[in-house]
Amino acid sequence: MSLALITLPKNIVKGEIIEVKLLLSHIMETGYRRDISGAVIMRDIIKTVTVTYSGELVFEAQLSPAIAANPFLSFFMLITLSGSLKVEWGDEKGGFWHESRDISV
Amino acid sequence: MNRRQLITAASLIALKPSYAMPVETQRLITAFTGGKTMKQALVQIELNDLVENGNSVALRVKILHPQTNARYIKRIGVFNEKNPQADVAIFHLTPMSGKAEVATRIRLATTQSIHVVAEGSDGVFYHAAREAIVTLAACLED
Repeated sequence: MSLALITLPKNIVKGEIIEVKLLLSHIMETGYRRDISGAVIMRDIIKTVTVTYSGELVFEAQLSPAIAANPFLSFFMLITLSGSLKVEWGDEKGGFWHESRDISV
Repeated sequence: MNRRQLITAASLIALKPSYAMPVETQRLITAFTGGKTMKQALVQIELNDLVENGNSVALRVKILHPQTNARYIKRIGVFNEKNPQADVAIFHLTPMSGKAEVATRIRLATTQSIHVVAEGSDGVFYHAAREAIVTLAACLED
C-alpha cells in the first residue's frame, strides 16, 4: 500500500504559479543491499509519477534507486482555472496508486 | 577566503582538464542529449556542500528559462558519478508547469558530483554540475 501526501497552498488565485509538494510512501529498495545471509534484497522502487490537471499532463518524473525512500517531489503549476489535480504512481511489480485533489480559483 | 569560497574553489579544481567524467555518467548524459552540445548556463543546483547522511539529500534544481507555450523546459535529467548506477531521475515539464524548478531527495553513495541537464523546447541543452561531500554514505547501512 503506497500513500501520498499532497501539499498545496491554501488560497489559490487564478494566474498564480503554485508549488505542489508530494510525499509518497515507498521503501525504494535499491537492489544493492544484502540481507543477513548475504543474498541481494531485490529492487523495489516507484518508477513513474504522473501528474495531470483535469486530464492534461502537467508533470512527470521517472525515478531510479537514487531517489531516497519515501520519495519527496516538488514541482510548480500555473493555475488558470479550477480543476482536479491527479497524481498517479506505479512501481515495477505492477503496483499502481492514485490520489486526487480539487483546486478552485 | 571563507569556507564557502574554499569549497567552491575545490569543486572547480575537480573540474580542471585532468578531470574525467565517469564513462557511465557520460553515456547517460549523451543518451539524454542525443550527443548535442550543452550550454554551461541557466542551471542552478541547490545541494548542500557537506552532507551528513547520504541516505536522504535535499536537491533543488532551478532553470533560469521561461516556461511559456512558446518556449519552455521540456525535461530535466539528473545524473550522479559514483553511485552504483549513474541515473537519478528525469523530470518532464510542460508550459503548465509555470516554472522550471523541481526538488527531491536523493541518495549519495559517497562524495561526488551531481550533473543536471535541461532540455529546452527549442532543442537547446543546458548543463551544470555540483559537488557534495558525504560524511555517511547511502546504500551501505542497513
